[in-house]
Amino acid sequence: MTFALVGNQNSGKTTLFNQLTGANQHVGNFPGVTVESKSGFVRGYKDVEVVDLPGIYSIRAYSSEETVTRDFILNNKPDGIINIVDATNIERNLYLTLQLIELRIPMVLALNMMDEVRSNGGTIDIEMMSERLGIPVVPISAAKNEGIDELIRVAYETASKRELPKIYDFCSPGPIHRCIHAICHVIEDHAQDADLPLRFATSKLIEGDDDKIISRLNLDKNELELIDHSIVEMEKEHGLDCNAALADMRYSFIESVCDGAVVKARESKEHLRSAKIDLVLTNKYAAIPIFFGVMLLIFYLTFNVIGKFLQDLLQSGIDSLSSVTETALTSFGTNEIAKSLVIDGLFAGVGSVLSFLPIIVVLFFFLSILEDTGYMARIAFVMDKSLRKIGLSGRSIVPMLIGFGCTVPAVMATRTLSSERDRKMTILLTPYMSCSAKIPIYAVFSAALFPKYAALVMIGLYIFGILVGILIALLMNHSMYRGNPIPFVMELPNYRFPSPKTVAMLLWDKAKDFITKAFTIIFFATLAIWFFSTFDIRLNPVESQSSSILASIGAFIAPIFAPLGFGSWQVSTSLITGFIAKESVISTLGILTSAPGGVVNAISQMFTPRSGLSFLIFTLLYTPCVAAVSAICRELHSKLKGIGVVVFQCVTAWIFAFIVYQIAGLFMV
Amino acid sequence: MDDLTLDKLSAGSVGVITAVGGEGALRCRLLDMGLIPRTKVKVVKTAPMGDPVEIRLRDYALTIRLADAALIKVRPLNGDGEEKEPVGGAAT
Repeated sequence: MTFALVGNQNSGKTTLFNQLTGANQHVGNFPGVTVESKSGFVRGYKDVEVVDLPGIYSIRAYSSEETVTRDFILNNKPDGIINIVDATNIERNLYLTLQLIELRIPMVLALNMMDEVRSNGGTIDIEMMSERLGIPVVPISAAKNEGIDELIRVAYETASKRELPKIYDFCSPGPIHRCIHAICHVIEDHAQDADLPLRFATSKLIEGDDDKIISRLNLDKNELELIDHSIVEMEKEHGLDCNAALADMRYSFIESVCDGAVVKARESKEHLRSAKIDLVLTNKYAAIPIFFGVMLLIFYLTFNVIGKFLQDLLQSGIDSLSSVTETALTSFGTNEIAKSLVIDGLFAGVGSVLSFLPIIVVLFFFLSILEDTGYMARIAFVMDKSLRKIGLSGRSIVPMLIGFGCTVPAVMATRTLSSERDRKMTILLTPYMSCSAKIPIYAVFSAALFPKYAALVMIGLYIFGILVGILIALLMNHSMYRGNPIPFVMELPNYRFPSPKTVAMLLWDKAKDFITKAFTIIFFATLAIWFFSTFDIRLNPVESQSSSILASIGAFIAPIFAPLGFGSWQVSTSLITGFIAKESVISTLGILTSAPGGVVNAISQMFTPRSGLSFLIFTLLYTPCVAAVSAICRELHSKLKGIGVVVFQCVTAWIFAFIVYQIAGLFMV
Repeated sequence: MDDLTLDKLSAGSVGVITAVGGEGALRCRLLDMGLIPRTKVKVVKTAPMGDPVEIRLRDYALTIRLADAALIKVRPLNGDGEEKEPVGGAAT
């Protein structure tokens, strides 16, 4: 038996999903569904599965979240729908309920946050609601785990008996009523043939926003004209156009459902508290400084304190395990190559995968708190204006800022963006926010070539990255992502205390996701680099790196970089190793040049300030590391697009480095 | 008082929606969120950079951009109307 869990954003849907399923969750792949949806088995019911569909406010065909919900329910035909409704915000939540009722699937209403309603002195007459809506209503509190067992029981019963919603007429006598029934009459047979719920199809015809459904009905010209005619008649009589009239009908019905059944609290404590917090957090003068303060604190704690501590701990664990193994292998007299495979290949590979883990977990701990408390919505509110010019909304600012720390969690953090278009654009733009692993490159090059202007060069590079990002965003707006962006009409939920269980589940999810999916690609990439740097073309182990396959590949591609001013094989080889981890660029350069006086000295001999600058621009913009690319592939659901990002960024980097090199030629030697 | 557009309503004041303009996805979204004629809305505050605005309707808070708010016509309520508890969809 399968249930679809549907509800508004901020209705506590994820919390309820976690309460229903516990740890029995997996990412579901449903045919034709591009947005990932999770599913899990209900606690205590081995054969009852719940699918967590995206949080939506309405079923229209304007966003992928909405079409996913529509398609899942129409095509996969779940045995039942569990519709979660925020009882503190019942009118707007019931709007979706009415649309779900039209889909003719057994349905249960889970009235969430009833504890808040009661503690504020409000009441909701459950029986009256249930009777007026024609579906069972179960009061619950997902955060406090109250009423969940009852919800499961009622849902199971309703679905087993295949009890359809008893009411589906939301219109009172009048023009809309006449229009709906006239259309129903015309399309009745068509809807049956197309296997579409009649009322839903009628609504879609009146709203006219879903061509896919309308074409499925296979109406002929006369019928379409008849339908158009009744809509025009209705609009004339009613005074409102079709969309407003239908929305008006639904909200009027909701008001009649709530009338007498819902006694609102005079003032809710949660709202008063939120208003007080907002006096500070969205304050005209304090809001922006507070936001940057919060982000800086999160960065500091993640990259310098907690994350770093865990990373060092993990590193020393791997190091000691690696050195114990090395000693053992040496004393056993193992072949040098095999030993190198274990130590430099396997251990280094596992190490580089695991080194990301602490940062991801710690960062997502803070992010989930920002999201679940409701502060993330305020950030979007405060920062929206700054991102609007590049065609994004305020929601994208957080993933982009995280990009300055590490692209991997930044790309993973786009998951919370509610629009697919914004999500994709943000994913493509985050790599232009220079990640912290590139800092050593900037530092060493500045020290070698621009000792007096090191700080200026650093800041300049960051700004240059942002500017290129903006340019790319503008280009995307005029090409790939042209058209109307998803409207920025966003709810500002009350501030709430995050549920520890939800936070813990999210961390577990992200860690598992990263380890299981990123492991293979990063691990094999590391092994490949080990192989290429250990052997020469004839597969003989090499004495020094300079005769390895890697160096040959470096030498082979070196001419590509000649127009940028750095055509030597050492530099191109180090750029290849930078694909594994940006930190490797400098260490590889050090090994390959093996110059006396260290890498700084080597760089000042190999590069002029002009070619150095061009190299810095190239490293700033070229392909993100393999871990980031694998994250991008996962979030874009396409390996091909991931490879596209690699190629696109390398080309962009080359072009900009070339331009900078040419312009710098006018001023420098 | 004459009808204004919602973006012209100053922070703290209340109005009743008389018409919702716009088209396509934006308009549907506004209607879906409960911004329909006869609904009371209160402008709570403006974001620090002057845009978007926070509004309150039907017991919840919503943020919309000024350009979108300009598509919504409202009849401002005077102090009197503000004092009385609204019937449908409170703006507290």
